[in-house]
Amino acid sequence: MSQRENSNEGEREGDVGPGLELEGREDTARGLRSYLTGFALAVGLTAASFWAVRTHAIYGPGVSIALITLAIAQMGIHLVFFLHITTGPDNTNNVLALMFGVLIVFLVVFGSLWIMTNLNHNMIPMKMLMDMQR
Amino acid sequence: MSIASSFSPVDPHHVGHNNLALGMERDTPGHGEGGPAPKNVIVPYGFWIFLLSDIVMFSAFFASFQVLAGDATDAAPHFDLSNVAVETGCLLLSSFLCGIASLCANRRRLFGTEMFLLLAGILGAAFLTLEIREFVGLIQQHQGPADGAYYSAFFALVGCHGLHVTVGLLWLGTMMAQIFAKGFRQEILRRLACFSLFWHALDIVWVAIFSLVYLMRFAP
Repeated sequence: MSQRENSNEGEREGDVGPGLELEGREDTARGLRSYLTGFALAVGLTAASFWAVRTHAIYGPGVSIALITLAIAQMGIHLVFFLHITTGPDNTNNVLALMFGVLIVFLVVFGSLWIMTNLNHNMIPMKMLMDMQR
Repeated sequence: MSIASSFSPVDPHHVGHNNLALGMERDTPGHGEGGPAPKNVIVPYGFWIFLLSDIVMFSAFFASFQVLAGDATDAAPHFDLSNVAVETGCLLLSSFLCGIASLCANRRRLFGTEMFLLLAGILGAAFLTLEIREFVGLIQQHQGPADGAYYSAFFALVGCHGLHVTVGLLWLGTMMAQIFAKGFRQEILRRLACFSLFWHALDIVWVAIFSLVYLMRFAP
């Protein structure tokens, strides 16, 4: 009972940490529903990704876009249903940190790809370079 | 509420501190008058920051992989997609069971917590076994980390994730022992919450790996 009171004391303030759940009986039921929903959706999206590369139903060049879309969707499912990141006011800190992380990830990945593609484009083709060295 | 209507010595910059002292309702959640946030909020939040920085590190590996993979389409190995599918299933189910274990811990059910943690650990170990088998197979076909830029990037990225899973398994074992020996004390529950975050975050990284590294090879 004292632990219960302690944790309620902890939730009195306006913020919650990521992945934290409440401890009542109905909260457990809600948590279980959340995990089951997340698991079902994640399995569905994974299956869709594997299906997308095997089927010929999708227009060829569209497959990679489908894969990226499905991957981002599945990451969102994991964040919402497994890590319990919500849009509620008690989650503002978690969401802000996440958004900053996502910004850095996009800068690193797309910045690298952009710069390296551009360099590659401006470079003398490798075969020509080899011929010049002969 | 009129924000800039008056200068107040209690809250000169209107950041919401001491709103209660001014006789207003507090409009910023939980800051200022209540003292620092409680430990079971701060600890998972700090760990969340660490996880995000870990994901930033993974993004650098992803970027180098994409750059080097784009150049080496002819050298791509023949991945066994069904192996990847089984690995994905293991890790996803493991993540799910870890979540169920944390629900059990919230209800202070010792047996359930330990059982689901054990199952999550077994599935994590199965994932790691499959991955190591795949790595050994690749190295035997002279497609090891020293056999070209593509393989260096591949082994760095996927190996780094595998290393995280290994560390996670060690952590899972010590978590089970701590829960068994010390019971559901507050600091143990905080550690379990952090472990659960770690395990779920690894699954998020794996989603990116199986989509961008493995399946993308098979996209026309």
